[in-house]
Amino acid sequence: MSKVTLHVDEAGPLTTVQDLGRPGLASLGVPESGALDPRALKLANRLVGNPEGAPGLEVTFGGLRLTARRPVVLAVTGAPVSVTVGRAGAGLGCAVSVPAGATVQLGSPRYGVRSYLAVRGGVLADRVLGSASTDLLAGIGAPLADGDDLDVGAPPDTDVPVVDAVPLSTPTGEELVLRVVLGPRDDWFTDEAVELLLDSKWTVESRSNRIGIRLTGPVLEQRRKRELPSEGTIAGSLQVPHNGQPTLFLADHPITGGYPVIAVVHTADLSRLAQARPDQTLRFRQVSAPRLAGQRHESVAGSR
Amino acid sequence: MRLLPCGDAALLAELDDLSEVLALRSAIDAERDGGGLADVLDVVPAARTVLVRCHPVVGGLSRVAERLAQLDVTHHTSDEGPQVEIEVYYDGPDLADVAELTGLSEDEVVRLHTEAEWTVAFTGFLPGFGYLVGGDKRLSVPRRDESRTKVPAGSVGLAGEFTGAYPRESPGGWQLIGRTEAPLWNPDREQPALLAPGTRVTFVRAAP
Repeated sequence: MSKVTLHVDEAGPLTTVQDLGRPGLASLGVPESGALDPRALKLANRLVGNPEGAPGLEVTFGGLRLTARRPVVLAVTGAPVSVTVGRAGAGLGCAVSVPAGATVQLGSPRYGVRSYLAVRGGVLADRVLGSASTDLLAGIGAPLADGDDLDVGAPPDTDVPVVDAVPLSTPTGEELVLRVVLGPRDDWFTDEAVELLLDSKWTVESRSNRIGIRLTGPVLEQRRKRELPSEGTIAGSLQVPHNGQPTLFLADHPITGGYPVIAVVHTADLSRLAQARPDQTLRFRQVSAPRLAGQRHESVAGSR
Repeated sequence: MRLLPCGDAALLAELDDLSEVLALRSAIDAERDGGGLADVLDVVPAARTVLVRCHPVVGGLSRVAERLAQLDVTHHTSDEGPQVEIEVYYDGPDLADVAELTGLSEDEVVRLHTEAEWTVAFTGFLPGFGYLVGGDKRLSVPRRDESRTKVPAGSVGLAGEFTGAYPRESPGGWQLIGRTEAPLWNPDREQPALLAPGTRVTFVRAAP
């Protein structure tokens, strides 16, 4: 008997399998990857009784249509989309039972970019280096295509939790304010550039993907043009190439970069950053590194 | 060693030269093997820096910073890493440019590239992309003025003091002197990167 549980009728603009990625392998050049909005994936998994890191689908700009070959229980979180099962509407942020033969359709999100679909038992996908995540930069896995079939794992021991409602922090179209720590290379930029970074509105460009978000705004000038030997970067890094327009790295970012990083977004704000849409505006609010880390180690911040 | 902030959960240690980088990487590895630096999640050595990423827990970064500052980076004993031989077809599109930039003949470029024993200093940019050092100083060339949008998989290039080989097709600005069919990256292997840090490499001219 076939194990196929879900048939992909339409994959939409970009749908990938994601879990919580493969941290700890950066020294081999492997990015962390994983769900760009991990908070939303974890919630979707909890709603269907899965371990929170089970592989699910990251659906970019909606448009996904699946047919269930067998009965499944699923939940959708993240960017708010309409969820239709057969002809009936289903809610976001709740477990939905889908009978065999029914079609599940996700509409386009009004706000945000990425919705997450978790299915009870998790999506069965090849694990590479301990993770099922598709990494577009590293070429691990590939986006879903129309006509693909997905297997679903055995249901977990835990029941589907009984909840009436869960607090959803769904993205909105409002201006996003993200906390940043200046550095490591803020001293490569003019004082004016650092002020402009913190005082200006930044617009998300349409040329943005899982690797990074390009921003447009005032030009951030370097004190003098010089070559930076490539150095390690992390998700949330605001890297500024010579044209002065920053790129904000997301989970599939390159492990090293050759342009200076003026500031880095706080880890806790990365989930919200992942939902920033083209043309949406961002602002950056400076927080200090020592206070963030709960430390008194002045040599860290004071060395600049 | 200068410690620079890198967000709320990472630090960038800036060092004077590559040998200090290698020494700090070895010292961090030794600490972690012995159960120390428990807050560290990932370490990314590069040409002049070591990025140390921590679990985002309160106090983790300061504990790591304190310990890093105590590590000795003045002595580096060269790694006795595995040795690999890589066959290269020296027919890259930038071989003539490299000859011109270095004032060498194309044959001399190939000779210097194949005579050296290179060592993988660090990995990055792409999975399995090793930055190899130890070549003749005369081979040091700048990156291309314009980066290529597509460099074919297996391309062997030069940039600065480094040589390297592209494990897959990607954009890139290195001066391409040849290509190899060696299996540079295979995630199904226990050691997915052929050119992991510490590996010693010699290049061999492949029969055309």
